[in-house]
Amino acid sequence: MNEIAKELLKEVSGLEEMPKGAYNIRENSKSIARQSSENIEIVSKEDKSGIDIIVKPNTKSEHVFIPALVSCGGVHDLVYNDFFIGENADIIIIAGCGVSTGDSCDGSEHNGIHRFFLGKNSRVRYVEKHIGVGIGTGKRVINPVTEVEQEEGSFMEMETTQIKGVDSTRRFTKAKLKDNAKLVIKEKLMTHGDQFAESKFEVDMDGEDSSVNLISRSVARDYSRQTFISKINGNTRCVGHSECDAIIMDHGVVSAIPEITANSLDATLIHEAAIGKIAGDQMIKLMTLGLTEGEAEAKIIDGFLN
Amino acid sequence: MLKLENISFEVENEKEILKDVNFTIEKGKFIAITGPNGGGKSTLARIISGVVKPTRGKIIFNGEDITDLSITERAQKGISFGFQQPVRFKGITVNDIINIAAGENITALEASHYLSEVGLCAKDYINRELSDKLSGGEIKRIEIATIIARNSSLSIFDEPEAGIDLWSFNHLIEVFRKMHKNKDASIIIISHQERILDVADEIIAMVDGTIIIRGAKESVLPELLHCESPENCMNCHDILEAKII
Repeated sequence: MNEIAKELLKEVSGLEEMPKGAYNIRENSKSIARQSSENIEIVSKEDKSGIDIIVKPNTKSEHVFIPALVSCGGVHDLVYNDFFIGENADIIIIAGCGVSTGDSCDGSEHNGIHRFFLGKNSRVRYVEKHIGVGIGTGKRVINPVTEVEQEEGSFMEMETTQIKGVDSTRRFTKAKLKDNAKLVIKEKLMTHGDQFAESKFEVDMDGEDSSVNLISRSVARDYSRQTFISKINGNTRCVGHSECDAIIMDHGVVSAIPEITANSLDATLIHEAAIGKIAGDQMIKLMTLGLTEGEAEAKIIDGFLN
Repeated sequence: MLKLENISFEVENEKEILKDVNFTIEKGKFIAITGPNGGGKSTLARIISGVVKPTRGKIIFNGEDITDLSITERAQKGISFGFQQPVRFKGITVNDIINIAAGENITALEASHYLSEVGLCAKDYINRELSDKLSGGEIKRIEIATIIARNSSLSIFDEPEAGIDLWSFNHLIEVFRKMHKNKDASIIIISHQERILDVADEIIAMVDGTIIIRGAKESVLPELLHCESPENCMNCHDILEAKII
C-alpha cells in the first residue's frame, strides 16, 4: 500500500494499522488484505468481484472493517459485497471509500453494491465515509448502492458521510422491513465546486410496527447541486419519518423530493424538508460571542454536519 | 465605561426610532432600561452591541470610539449581548456554545458550572442540541449562561425575563444580583419587570425613542409605579402590566 492509499485508509476508516478481528481492504479493484475472525467469515465471491461477509448468530460487539480505496487515476472499480447477519448478532461495520486521482487527468470511480440480510433480532451499525482527493482534472466518482432486507425485530443504523472531494455521486438505498424491524439512516453531505450528488431512498415497511427514520443534512456550496429523493411506503401498521435539512451557499442548488405513500390506514408517515441559507441571526449570535464572520460560518456548518 | 452621544436611528420613510439619546454608564453599574413597547429600547441595545448601526451619534467604550466597529470587534473588546429571542442551531450543542462564549476550550465541569448558575442540571443539557427541541425557557437560560461564560466588562440583556417561568424568574434575579457583585463589570438590562428594575442601580425610561426619566431606582421606581393615573399614562403602562404577572 502506498502513502496515498494509507492516507485514504486513515481518512475513511480511521485505521493506521491492520485492525484486530475481521477486515477486508480493497485497493484499486483488488483485495490487498483480509482476515476473518472466529465469528465473522469473509470469503471472495466466485462469480464476480466482491466478498461475502458472514456473521454467525449471537456474535456480539465485533467490528468489521471493509474500506475500499482507489489510489490513482483511470480506475473503474465495481464491487459486490453481501453481508449475512446471523440472528441476535450485534456488530459494527466500518465501510467507506476514498478515491484519489493524484495529479492525473484521468478520472476514477468506485461503484459499490452492498446488500445486507439481517437475521431476526440482529443489530447492525454501519458507518460509511466517502472522500475524494487529488489535484488533477480527473473526476472522482462514487456511486454506492445499498440494499437492506431486515427480518423481524432487527435494527440497522446507517451513518453515511461525504464531506469533500467527490465530483459526482449517485447514491441509492433500498430497504424492506419485516415486523418490528427498525431502520435509522443519518446522511451527511457537503458538495462544493461544480460537484453533483443525488441521494435516493426507497423503503418498504411491510411488517407491523416496523419503522424508518431517515435524516439527511447537507450543505451545497459554490455551484454544486444536490438532489434528495425519499420514497417511503407504509404497507401496514408502521411509522416512517424522513427529514431533509439543507444549507445552500454561494450558487448551490438543492432539491428535496419526498414521496410518502400510506397503503394502510395504520401507517403514520411524516416528511420534513427545510432548505435555505445560513440564518442571519445565527451569524450575529456567534459574532456577539467574539467569532469573526468566517469563523461563525465555519462553526455553523461544522455543527450542522456534525 | 460606556458613553452614548446623540445616538439617533431612523429607518427610511418611517418614524425616527431613536432621537438624540445620550447617557453614560460607569464601571460596575447596573442600569435597567424600561418603557412601553416600541419605545426604542431593543434598538438601543442592538446599537450598543453593533448589530445595528446608528444613523447619527457616537458610542464611546472605555475611552475608544467604537461606533464603526463590527459586532465581532465589539465582542472582543468586552461587550456581550443576550438576545430577547435566543437563536437556535441544528448540530451545535449547549457545550459547544458555552465553549465559544468562554473563548477557549473549557472542561465539561467548567461548562456545567455556567449551566448550574442559571438553574439547569448540567448532565441533562450539556450535550443537547440548541434546536427547537429545547423549550423557550430552557434556551433562554442557556442564552444567559453564555453571557455569564463570556465574563465581559459590559453585558447587555434584552428582556431576559421573556419566556421564563416563575421559578426560573426568581433564580434569574439571583443571577443578576450575583453578576452585579463584580464591580469591574457593568450590566444593562431591558426589562418590564419591577423586580428586575429593583435590582438595578439606575433606571432609564424610554418613550418614543427618547429618555424621559433617568435616575437612581429609589427615585425613579416609585415615580414609575405610583403614577396618579396609570391607566392613561403611556410611560408606566407596561411596567404596571408586568407587575401583575
